[in-house]
Amino acid sequence: MKKIEAIIKPFKLDDVKNALSRIGIQGLTAYEVKGFGRQKGHTEIYRGAEYRVDFVPKVKIEVIVDEDLVSQVVEAIMGSARTGKIGDGKIFVLPAEDVIRIRTGERGIDAI
Amino acid sequence: MQNINSGDTAFILIAAALVMFMTPGLALFYGGMVRSKNVLGTIMQSIIILGIINVLWMLFGYSLAFGPDKLGLIGDLSWVGLKGVGLAPNAEYAPTIPHEAFMIFQGMFAIITPALITGAFAERMKFSSFLAFTIAWFIIVYLPVAHWVWGAGGWLRNLGVLDFAGGIVVHASSGAAALAAAIFTGKRKGFGTEPLIPHNIPLTIIGMGILWFGWFGFNAGSALAAGGLAANAFVTTQVAATAATASWVITEWIKGGKPTTLGAATGAIAGLATITPAAGFVSPSAALLIGLIAGIVCYYAISLKFKLGYDDSLDVVGVHGVGGVLGTLSVGIFASTAINSAAKDGLIFGNASLLQIQALGVFTVVIFSFIASMVILKVINALIGVRITDEDELTGLDLSQHSEVGYDF
Repeated sequence: MKKIEAIIKPFKLDDVKNALSRIGIQGLTAYEVKGFGRQKGHTEIYRGAEYRVDFVPKVKIEVIVDEDLVSQVVEAIMGSARTGKIGDGKIFVLPAEDVIRIRTGERGIDAI
Repeated sequence: MQNINSGDTAFILIAAALVMFMTPGLALFYGGMVRSKNVLGTIMQSIIILGIINVLWMLFGYSLAFGPDKLGLIGDLSWVGLKGVGLAPNAEYAPTIPHEAFMIFQGMFAIITPALITGAFAERMKFSSFLAFTIAWFIIVYLPVAHWVWGAGGWLRNLGVLDFAGGIVVHASSGAAALAAAIFTGKRKGFGTEPLIPHNIPLTIIGMGILWFGWFGFNAGSALAAGGLAANAFVTTQVAATAATASWVITEWIKGGKPTTLGAATGAIAGLATITPAAGFVSPSAALLIGLIAGIVCYYAISLKFKLGYDDSLDVVGVHGVGGVLGTLSVGIFASTAINSAAKDGLIFGNASLLQIQALGVFTVVIFSFIASMVILKVINALIGVRITDEDELTGLDLSQHSEVGYDF
């Protein structure tokens, strides 16, 4: 099993969710985060004074999948989250040791 | 009591309520511009001023400001505890309304003036030191200055200085105190190096709306009667506020930035502060010009703090100080006896002497308020210290000074 984490532009969350639903992904976790990469931040102006704000709002999603599905999921995220402009985000693929469904106690693939 | 005019009395009582409403408006105006950890500490400074100044005003403040004159400098103590300030009109100040109504209308001005200063030392002053400063400044600066300019026998009033609703007494005096306070308390941690960004501009906009609304009481009410002069002051107030809102936004837009909401709100307040001394002396078309100039001049004035390196956190100097001075000088240029027969003509009507008198009046008060504020701050600093600790500054005023937080989401 793999855990796939993706940092995406906030307005792309719905597109990514729909793309993942279409390939059969049944659940994901999303949260609002702040960070910076090559995109850097933005400028805000208050009473004529410009301030650099380094952290950019992003959404981070997490989904756990069977290893066979990894490339499909990665492609779905890339296809739906890409705008072609700087700041589209990143996808991380990590090993996931185990998954346990709290209600039934099922483990592994069955619990996804 | 046969001289009491019910229309005038009703108008002034409502105007007094409008001016009272400005102080909680100012609390929100300022509160939105600080960081969220300081929102309550900032609001509290205005609210507690509302809570204490009129107690002092009733006990002795009104007597010192408006009581029988001593040497042109201060009122005496014969009206202490409002002794003799009753329902019969005072012919000198407002002959058609109860003396008590005039007293409470003026009392509202005494509240908002020290509250204006709090924007200069926002986010870093100890609550106890702020209280000590406010009370000392009210007694040492506000009461004498109000007497000089408005009190019967006051030396600036006798010289012919014109201040319709407080360009000198309220705005220039608080602006000069604000400059002293910003310099003396020093910069906030991170000033000039990290973003110190307003946390809730919608709150500031609500505050701006309340201030603007209340300002009609402030300026039109200063006619002290419900008649043509009040109508003129009402109209000039609105004209100058709208013109300054527009000219501020246009200026910041042209300068390569964006038209900002906070800029529109600030422009409005700059226009209102600037027209204050002139509202009952100039025509609506002069008010239009004054407002347009105010928006542009005050826009440039607030950037001075970055060039000169003082942290006037919420731009009290640039908006109220500069606006008050500009408006007071504009009286010397645009005042017209056709608008107000009790006034004199200004420069454009061929009388240059009024401008000189106005300049003397406003700069005397600015210098006096600045020096007196510095001395007050030095004394308080020696006794109890003016600034919160670095740790408290990091934590914020809300938790460190008041043990509460503004938001819990």
